[in-house]
Amino acid sequence: MKRLLVLAASALALAAAPASAQDIAITNATVAIGDGSDPVENATVVIRGGKVVAAGPGVAVPAGIPTVDGSGTWVTPGLVATVTTLGISDVSGVSESNDIRAGDSPFSAALDVAPIINPKSQHIAVHRAAGITRAATMTMPSASIFGGQGAIIDLGDDASPVTRQRAFQTVALGETGARLSGGSRASAHALFRNALREATRLGEDARIPGRSSRGAPVTTGDDVPIDPRLAGGASEREGDVLLTRFDAAALVPVVRGEQPLYVLVERASDIRSVLNLKREFPRLDLVIVGASEGWLMAREIAAAGVPVIADGLDDLPQSFEELAATQSNIGRMVKAGVTVAINAAAMENPRNLNQYAGNLVALSRMPGADGLSWGEAFASISSVPARISGLGGRAGVLAPGAMGDVVVWDGDPLELGSVPTRVFIDGVEQPLENHQSRLRDRYRDLDESRLPEAYDW
Amino acid sequence: MKKPALLACAAAFALSACSTTGGGDVASASRAERTAPKGEDGNAPFPSTYKAYPGTPTALVGATIYDGKGGRIDNGTVFFSGGKIVSIGGPDTPVPADIAVFDGSGKFVTPGVIDIHSHLGDYPTPSVDAHSDGNEATSPTTPEVWAEHSVWPQDPGFTRALANGGVTALQILPGSANLMGGRAVTLKNVPSRTVQGMKFPGAPYGFKMACGENPKRVYGGKGRMPSTRMGNFAVNRQTWLDAKAYAEGDRDKRDLAKETLAGVLDGEILVHNHCYRADEMALVMDMAKEMGYKVSTFHHAVEAYKIGDLLRENDVCSAIWADWYGFKMESYDGILENAAFLQREGACVVIHSDDANGIQRLNQEAAKAQAAGARVGIDIPDAEVIRWITLNPAKAMGIDGMTGSLEPGKMADVVLWNGDPLSVYSRPEKVWVDGALLFDAMDRKRRPVSDFELGQPGEGDVK
Repeated sequence: MKRLLVLAASALALAAAPASAQDIAITNATVAIGDGSDPVENATVVIRGGKVVAAGPGVAVPAGIPTVDGSGTWVTPGLVATVTTLGISDVSGVSESNDIRAGDSPFSAALDVAPIINPKSQHIAVHRAAGITRAATMTMPSASIFGGQGAIIDLGDDASPVTRQRAFQTVALGETGARLSGGSRASAHALFRNALREATRLGEDARIPGRSSRGAPVTTGDDVPIDPRLAGGASEREGDVLLTRFDAAALVPVVRGEQPLYVLVERASDIRSVLNLKREFPRLDLVIVGASEGWLMAREIAAAGVPVIADGLDDLPQSFEELAATQSNIGRMVKAGVTVAINAAAMENPRNLNQYAGNLVALSRMPGADGLSWGEAFASISSVPARISGLGGRAGVLAPGAMGDVVVWDGDPLELGSVPTRVFIDGVEQPLENHQSRLRDRYRDLDESRLPEAYDW
Repeated sequence: MKKPALLACAAAFALSACSTTGGGDVASASRAERTAPKGEDGNAPFPSTYKAYPGTPTALVGATIYDGKGGRIDNGTVFFSGGKIVSIGGPDTPVPADIAVFDGSGKFVTPGVIDIHSHLGDYPTPSVDAHSDGNEATSPTTPEVWAEHSVWPQDPGFTRALANGGVTALQILPGSANLMGGRAVTLKNVPSRTVQGMKFPGAPYGFKMACGENPKRVYGGKGRMPSTRMGNFAVNRQTWLDAKAYAEGDRDKRDLAKETLAGVLDGEILVHNHCYRADEMALVMDMAKEMGYKVSTFHHAVEAYKIGDLLRENDVCSAIWADWYGFKMESYDGILENAAFLQREGACVVIHSDDANGIQRLNQEAAKAQAAGARVGIDIPDAEVIRWITLNPAKAMGIDGMTGSLEPGKMADVVLWNGDPLSVYSRPEKVWVDGALLFDAMDRKRRPVSDFELGQPGEGDVK
């Protein structure tokens, strides 16, 4: 037993201090802090011990820190993608490789994505090369309106991808929720309320401890949160419960406001109903995801202090719950004071996040449209999603003490075709190779005069 | 082509094309005329009723112009009148007095963007089941269906493609459930009460085919052939053999499916083949040789970069995305350098959307593909990149004699961008179709609003 503990301790120590975290200062670069401010030229970023030490103009490089000249480059915090399915699918159209939906599962809210993240997924490697260093990953609501517990991950090339396990729960309450709950939004709302009541009761009866889920990042070993599904004493449950015990237990931290609840809705009236949930369940820690008609509810959302992960460029009435969709949605919500991150799930791939942010800047020049400033747009894919993900001040921003997630770009990161030349995660420089880069290298020419392409590797 | 062109003009249905277009257009018009099957009344059915909307003689001066065929003019002038480009050139280009002149300083001009692969109208928004009209997925070969019969002109997607994407022409294809999905139609991106009012006068028809996973999955799942890739080819080849027998025999007996296939064998209907994998594209090109037809374009050709040489030799275009990959097995090898590697081999590149959102940003997709090339030492000039979304798709759709580049006599399909169209920070400011101003970001009423959106939240919004 003692030996086991020692082993565990050393494993945790390894995880806490990655062997290859390097100290580095990048000077003379254009630096975007990520906090909403505009980029600054001729600035310096210092990373030491896996953390950001300083960033900005006039930053002195501490003695002994290796310095590289960043002239012509841009340096930013790593992008934060929320929400995604990174690490839980190889090919979305190949069901064998795809863990995104568990429509035939006996469980829903109890699903936990943390143990199934594959850090070697090509999608993680491809998106790491695109400058995304952290992401929220989740299973999609399928067997029920509840999608299960998402995780915050890093995209590092190592064996420990999970930054925060059980970081949030998801629920669909719009058209998707209606379909999953039997065919009507009314059913979705009834199912939702019943679920939270059962969770409340179970949490009390089984004496599931508080602060049961939303722990700090899993890095030191002393803050591993308790899994409410496995916690609590014996308790009888009434015979007329709908949820499995596991699902109900998983919702205990939601109803207590200890775990954020990501609510997938688009229509203005659905958003209103979600905001009203706080009257019945005052402790809910809500995040709205989708919100194509959010601009119609911007003042109410701002007043409620509910952050939004909004579809960035949707402008079509894709469904009857998105009739008012417009590319100005995010600009209008931000103008009203809403905290908005660009939804990485509402694009072909999360690696289009910076393109979407750039488009919102372009909108600010269009008469009648509402866009974002460059700094706001960049924040909507860095510090804002980090804050929503529970990593405020620690990711998505080049603030002293923040994680050493730093990206060096070959140009303006919001401009088309700009890509990272170096990516650091927790101060560890990352490989940028992947299946695509290997194919690129193989097919630089089609010369098979000596041997087939298969030997070119 | 000149001689049949004259004959074409004699045909009543072709009047609109012949009366409004110059010499280059007539050739294409004639091609369409010969291919279009005669209806029971002896005329081509469902003829275009499109006529250019009124425009005023307009000059754009002082702009950076990409002419669509690879040329760039700094401080350039484009002058159009009567729906046609009259002149294009440098600052000395003569412009008549008393016409509308727009100062294009700091702005850019391109031909109207053309999307070779769209399902707007066939899969319109809202995307409810009742609107799912793009796949006649009841038989693996349905050459008899025509995409135009599914097009809902009120699809709001058309208006977004115009206002946000500068798209002035687009090809609407049947879906890819079937090996032979049916006839595609080329439209002018103008609001219209009828699809006939959008049909591009004189454009040849397209024919949609699909390789690979989709047909075998759809029909294999129904317990019928094809359920494999080899089944795909067997069904295709037998269908072509039957069509050849028809084409070489008595064509007077009407057969909707065979009429379309005979049109392909005649070279008058252009084949647009959904095909991801390089090895399958090579097989399709051999099947086309065996059966005596030509593939115009492989669509979704994510592996085209592996056979750029073969595609060049066969004169087949590749219509591709910039960065879609990995969403199905046959898209697993998608890479950002696809377009650049094709360009390196001298093969034809077209950037396409297949998407109601992506069609609003084809210029951005082209820019991403360009940047990927530059990173591996393949420098493709901006003006050449614009060709990927203008003249190249026009050529692959058989309308390059009429549009796709800014040349005197061609249709005045023109976009004025408020900045470099290859920058994320630029948007279309004005869009003209045949010289008619159909979108103006500076005039909130000069923006189409579809019937569906009237009285709805957000009606007339900038979108």
